[in-house]
Amino acid sequence: MKILGSEITPYKTYLNRRKFIKGSLASAMLATVTSSAFANHDSDLSIYTKNLNENDKLNSYEEITTYNNFYEFGTHKKHPHLNSGNFKPRPWTIKIDGLVKKPQTFDLEKILSNVTIEDRVYRLRCVEAWSMVIPWQGFQLSELIKMAKPLSSAKYVQFVTVFRPEEMPGQQKRTIIWPYREGLRMDEAMNPLTILATGLYGHEMPNQNGAPIRLVVPWKYGFKSIKSIVEIRFLDTQPETSWETLAPWEYGFYANVNPNVNHPRWSQGTERRIGEFKRRETLMFNGYEEEVAHLYKDLDLTKFY
Amino acid sequence: MFSTRNFNRSKPVLFILILFPSLLWAYQFVTGNLGVNPIEKLMDELGLMALRLIIITLMITTLSNIKSLKSIVVLRRMIGLFAFYYVCLHFSTYIVLDHFLDMQFIIQDIIKRPFITFGFISFLFLIPLASTSTNNMIKRLGFKLWKKIHYLIYPVAILASMHFYVLVRADKTEPVIYMGIIILLLLHRIFKRLTRPQLAQ
Repeated sequence: MKILGSEITPYKTYLNRRKFIKGSLASAMLATVTSSAFANHDSDLSIYTKNLNENDKLNSYEEITTYNNFYEFGTHKKHPHLNSGNFKPRPWTIKIDGLVKKPQTFDLEKILSNVTIEDRVYRLRCVEAWSMVIPWQGFQLSELIKMAKPLSSAKYVQFVTVFRPEEMPGQQKRTIIWPYREGLRMDEAMNPLTILATGLYGHEMPNQNGAPIRLVVPWKYGFKSIKSIVEIRFLDTQPETSWETLAPWEYGFYANVNPNVNHPRWSQGTERRIGEFKRRETLMFNGYEEEVAHLYKDLDLTKFY
Repeated sequence: MFSTRNFNRSKPVLFILILFPSLLWAYQFVTGNLGVNPIEKLMDELGLMALRLIIITLMITTLSNIKSLKSIVVLRRMIGLFAFYYVCLHFSTYIVLDHFLDMQFIIQDIIKRPFITFGFISFLFLIPLASTSTNNMIKRLGFKLWKKIHYLIYPVAILASMHFYVLVRADKTEPVIYMGIIILLLLHRIFKRLTRPQLAQ
């Protein structure tokens, strides 16, 4: 689906569409409120805003869908929005392999019928020092991991983006080594904050944001939140990740948002929230310290950045 | 056709053409039409324009070696001053809009981040060039000394292109093209230098 600036629908229409989506996924759309970071289903915008931190404001649908880093569609921020029109996110399957009881390929629809879709409003902090607040719809990655039944020897999860150079023009050029790969430690993957998102603002996930399914790990820099996932591998060793492979002195495996560990080329102490004029201070773990700091209590974050 | 007079006549048009983008971006910035991240966009556009103008001044010198284009050199000062104008706008966008005059942060940034160091030194080197650009200054300094000062354009161009190169995260095609052009133009000058004594015989 290609959305031109002139066709941006007002919020009301999204909410009508979300009712439609809700109907089509009936059983999957159970409303849940689990922690302060989650938002509940309802029929107006306050479903997204009510659990928002008082300093945060939702970014608009236009901002979220026209300013993206998704090099599969080009390296400029506007490229994903402009170049993703030919991408076909359905039908879609996800291959599960590596250290699992039984390697298998799941149909996306089958996964969706077995999980609970929730609203999650998260801050997204890019490694380039800009940030947004995004109302995602998705489900906890832990739910899919339970379906995948990894062996106890599995310590890491690797994710792979689809490789379709004919639909993703950025992949015709070797800017990075395709397909894009990311990874998490098992406990990070199982953390309740970690989700696989399938929509935003009640829309199905737009192509430029990683249709039809993407990872969202809100306490890590945006590049960890891999898009358009086709494969999930369970491993006993730390997997290679795309940016770390490209420039290991700049991007680490962990990539936790950390104002005290600077990127060699720029400071990570502050960030520009899209839509705001003045920079703001970057928060430790992007403000999710309470939920995730315990994962790293024995880790030297300046070394494992 | 390519007489000094004609080049001089084209100056007002050229002046408006080169000035125009800055007015357009300022207007778009104020009216909120510079996209989702307008400060970044403004800074990128201004910087890129400055780099392109720096390269054009180098090209003008090279082109003026061609007999029929000798007079093109009369455009060089104006374009050079415009490069300085865009660098100043680029730098003040960084200081005022991007970092809101947080001088402590900015000084740290200039010292610690190589790409900002490159850009800053490039800006500093441009100051003596711009301030000695009048006929009066050429007279006062003498052409030889003036010319020596203006050799600073070489480190300016190299540093400016490195500033851009280091900034880009992946796909470095565009900065590499600019670097390539600069290197070719400099090689041409070296080549000319080396062959000059022979011509003198």
